[in-house]
Amino acid sequence: MGMNDPYNKEELDALKANTPARIGVGRAGTRPKTDSWLKFRFDHAAAVDAVYGEVSEILLKRLNLFKVKTRAGDKEVYLRRPDYGRKLSDEAKRMIEAKCIKNPTVQIIISDGLSAKAIEDNVEDVYLSFKQSLAGAKLDTGTPFYIEKGRVAVMDDIGEILRPKVIVLLIGERPGLVSAESLSAYICYKPCLGTIEAERMVISNIHKGGIPPVEAGAHLGTVIQKILKYQASGMSLVKKENEEEMSAESV
Amino acid sequence: MKLSTQYFGEIHQFKSLKEVLAKANEEKSGDRLAGIAADSVQERIAAKAVLSELTLADIRNYPLLSPEEDEVSRIIDGLINGTIYQTVKNWSVAELREYILSDETTGEDLKRISRGLNSEMIAAAAKLMSNLDLVHAANKIEVLTKNNSTIGYKGTLASRLQPNHPTDNVDGMLASLKEGLSYGIGDALIGINPVDDSVESVKRLLHATQDVIQKWNIPTQNCVLAHVATQIKAVQQGAPADMIFQSIAGTEAANRSFGINVRLLEEANEVAKSYGTGTGPQHLYFETGQGSELSAEAHFGIDQVTLEARNYGFARYFDPYIVNTVVGFIGPEYLYNSKQVIRAGLEDHFMGKMHGLPMGVDICYTNHMKADQNDIEDLGVLLTAAGVNFIIATPMGDDCMLNYQSLSYHDIATLRQTMDKRPAPLYEAWLEKMGILENGKLTKHAGDPTIFNH
Repeated sequence: MGMNDPYNKEELDALKANTPARIGVGRAGTRPKTDSWLKFRFDHAAAVDAVYGEVSEILLKRLNLFKVKTRAGDKEVYLRRPDYGRKLSDEAKRMIEAKCIKNPTVQIIISDGLSAKAIEDNVEDVYLSFKQSLAGAKLDTGTPFYIEKGRVAVMDDIGEILRPKVIVLLIGERPGLVSAESLSAYICYKPCLGTIEAERMVISNIHKGGIPPVEAGAHLGTVIQKILKYQASGMSLVKKENEEEMSAESV
Repeated sequence: MKLSTQYFGEIHQFKSLKEVLAKANEEKSGDRLAGIAADSVQERIAAKAVLSELTLADIRNYPLLSPEEDEVSRIIDGLINGTIYQTVKNWSVAELREYILSDETTGEDLKRISRGLNSEMIAAAAKLMSNLDLVHAANKIEVLTKNNSTIGYKGTLASRLQPNHPTDNVDGMLASLKEGLSYGIGDALIGINPVDDSVESVKRLLHATQDVIQKWNIPTQNCVLAHVATQIKAVQQGAPADMIFQSIAGTEAANRSFGINVRLLEEANEVAKSYGTGTGPQHLYFETGQGSELSAEAHFGIDQVTLEARNYGFARYFDPYIVNTVVGFIGPEYLYNSKQVIRAGLEDHFMGKMHGLPMGVDICYTNHMKADQNDIEDLGVLLTAAGVNFIIATPMGDDCMLNYQSLSYHDIATLRQTMDKRPAPLYEAWLEKMGILENGKLTKHAGDPTIFNH
């Protein structure tokens, strides 16, 4: 597939080995080769289909997660109304209130977001290595749970109820062509209603072709320790780090 | 200010300028999400009719968001040239539209009159314009800017080469970069979106791209699109950046949610001038896109076309090297399908050019939108016809880091050859020297990244 007659075939293979990007695909005039074009269309078709998947009960059971819902009813509503995906349903609020430990240091939550496949393929490895990393640092965690059809800012609603120091939300990214199963971890120090986006941090591209899930879990542990040390996340964290550097320099 | 109209015996009454502007928009899911869209097609046209009779003075005298309460409004109002405004303030919006479209009116006339208009007036005109109006009017306006090399000339189509990699792997990024160069991409910019927004990561990518530019003597410029504060730090620490990038929005509150304000962007401009590697005079790069203010819950009930125009009013204060709307990246809650994306792309490009900005477009879609590659190829043709300054291009249209589809390297080459456009002049000369392009056509060496293997 791809180019017929590269100037340096070995070099082309080496370049292609370094990236999942569609390079060395060749051309017919200025247009793509037919096989490259059809592969692209095939992958797009798979990504569109991934948006409409669901996370299995088996996985939730294995990770011991109970399930709550947001205000988004079906998928079409979820796609058009992100505001519904940012708000917990009344029933969800009651369940979280009843089942969860309050004021933990770290609260882990999981949501399908725009790719159930991201959760199915990656969340177990990220979750377990992250828990291990937190245990190693002697940090306590709250009661984890799963949120169906959630958006990133749903963590603000949860922050209001549980008052953790840090929330980590593992959520499916909108699928791409190379990976329909990419996961993101959004992290925020004391999220609450009115938290601005710049206060959140994200580690994205967690999947087997991006940041390996186990590695991401361990890295998350390190990030959490930094957030707790500075009692801030996102731009506030950068600001506090800068201030510290400045005062170190002036000494 | 007359806020009602009668048609087929039915009276349409609106409460405010804000409502008229919102309801006069073509259908967009984002305006529905905000709860401000027209209830029926007839109400939409009635709003356009009411808007067409309002004067430019009405629009200035009834601010949607007053300069007292919003920094973006202050910037926009502060830039209005009073002398020019006096000559147009009694025009209706219909008269403004017809002036823009008149055969007597040149691009230079439009750039001049623009200095007497605020962003809401430009948005209002766009709301009365058809897609072909937007193409035709924008094509009159030539905006030239220079960082290391000049882009924007009539008859050229420049591009941003976007060689993103899912782990910021330098070798992987370089592989996509070489493929892009071999298709003649990258005259506007080589610009990378990093996964890791840390200073160290940004420095690494800036060095890697600048090394390629130096090694092959490429007449272009580099940028790593991290948060502005991160780039400032990287540049102050000696990393070679030709310009500094930031996403912006149309209200102070939305900008705050991006962690920016006027002072920070002024600082970025100063840092780029004092420490950056770009020659100038322009040193900044902004990205925009309809819906970001609503997404940040900082839209104040104003529609997304008007807010987008305010992005451009804000941007022109900083005299950027390039601006592009990322039309279609934000998702179906703001632009539901290809029809809405195409409309938004044409609106944004026109409104940017009417502000005198060096407008480019990232013509793109996500996988949860009702659109596919055919649709954005259509928009590519339309925007090339409209004289867009530059278009973003990725390997085979697939950005393997940001997980969305944009135009392909192939598409830029195809648009240039089909629609008789050339790369930016210095870049074209470089492509010819490298044996990639000859008389405006790709040579047999083009499309082979291994020609950069020595």
